[in-house]
Amino acid sequence: MSALEEKTKAVSDGGGFPTLFFIIGLSLSLIVGWIIFPKLLYSKKQQPFDFNHVLHNEMVEDCQSCHFFREDGSFAGVPKLAQCVDCHMDIQGDTEDEAIFVNEYVIPGREVPWLVYSEQPDCVFFSHAAHVKAGGMDCKTCHGPIGQSTSLKPYEENRITGYSRDIWGYNIAGIKKNTWDRMKMDDCSECHVQMDVNQTSVQTEKGACFVCHK
Amino acid sequence: MKKAADHTKPKRYGMVIDLDKCTGCGACMVACFAENNIPFKKDESEKLLSITWMRVYKLSNKKKYPDTDICYLPRPCMHCEGHEGHSPCVSVCPATVTDYSTETGIVSQIYTRCFGCRYCMAACPYHARYFNWWDPVWPKGMEKMLSPDVSVRMRGVVEKCSFCYHRYQRAKDKAYVEGRTDVEEEEYQTACTQACPARAITFGDLNNPKHKVYELKQDPHAFRLLERLGTNPKVYYVSSREWVRKSGDNYLKHEEPGHIATKH
Repeated sequence: MSALEEKTKAVSDGGGFPTLFFIIGLSLSLIVGWIIFPKLLYSKKQQPFDFNHVLHNEMVEDCQSCHFFREDGSFAGVPKLAQCVDCHMDIQGDTEDEAIFVNEYVIPGREVPWLVYSEQPDCVFFSHAAHVKAGGMDCKTCHGPIGQSTSLKPYEENRITGYSRDIWGYNIAGIKKNTWDRMKMDDCSECHVQMDVNQTSVQTEKGACFVCHK
Repeated sequence: MKKAADHTKPKRYGMVIDLDKCTGCGACMVACFAENNIPFKKDESEKLLSITWMRVYKLSNKKKYPDTDICYLPRPCMHCEGHEGHSPCVSVCPATVTDYSTETGIVSQIYTRCFGCRYCMAACPYHARYFNWWDPVWPKGMEKMLSPDVSVRMRGVVEKCSFCYHRYQRAKDKAYVEGRTDVEEEEYQTACTQACPARAITFGDLNNPKHKVYELKQDPHAFRLLERLGTNPKVYYVSSREWVRKSGDNYLKHEEPGHIATKH
């Protein structure tokens, strides 16, 4: 082997290490970016106590029995203590959660500080009346099959924005399989374009901003 | 799901302000501050820096006694329609912050989109737009009294009168729950309209013959500010005094107000 040939071989051998380091580096940054960072980004909080939607659904007619519209058109959202105490004056059943509810909230008359998964930013105006009453939509379309849940999932809060993870969605790549996977502005506008709702903007010829913003 | 389109006829919400009735008390300004979470400063004497969505101006005919006369002129955002919704501010905004809706005729302002270039302020001939040079500072405990219907603005964004749009949204909600699709005239009124003790301000849909403003705007003494710029504003003023009508625009000596302007 001549000196020249040896040199060429050394160079091509050396090519292996940078490639290896590149692959290791790339996979490390992918792991950091796709797995570790999203885990760090969201803090997990538990609800004050667990709630069983299935159990309650058997006792009432539909979602609107507890999540109802007020006369002025506003939506009540998460029920207040006053609605619950009708049945929960005393401890029902023998679960630990029931004991927490009655002892810590019902007896002292304290409202339960529920963490609302679908809480939108302050600049958003969302009308339940427009969607449910005028649009005839199901709760499930945006909120998913929450009525069939037997326990509450942990509330994940974005450490930077302070918003719930349900707004961004759980798939970090942004892949959406169901209509209820995400609650971002694009998800609202996607449906608004399809249904031709208030597409009255002069600037964009799409949805006017004041429809969902305030 | 039903198709939600075309469930309401296009509206053009606007105002008719009777300047002969206005006493200049400023109740409309106060009501507007309270309704729309408008920040104020410790020293409000620097009028160039204060934010007043609704502002009462004092006009004078500049004549000596006994001919002297004054007039107070409340000035909200004019919600200019321009030519097919191309109002001065909407045309220049590079960020689609401000927009004209053909459903209500209201010029919207989305604070979260605004990056504070202030082109719109330069374009607006009415000085209806204001820039937030500082973050709002509320007196202790007052942030709990703010309206949740109106988002609070931050430093670096432009804001302006929205014709109390949140009241329209609320009125629509009520209509939907009651099975209607349209809001009644009295269901959607701006805060300044309701606060005016002299009832100088009338608010409603300029397209709707059943609304009071429809007839009032056709008053022979009705005029709009700087009408000849072609901004096509939706706020009309009425005054029986010619000098007041004349001060609504810039006229040459031989011109008479209302002769050149085209009424809409």
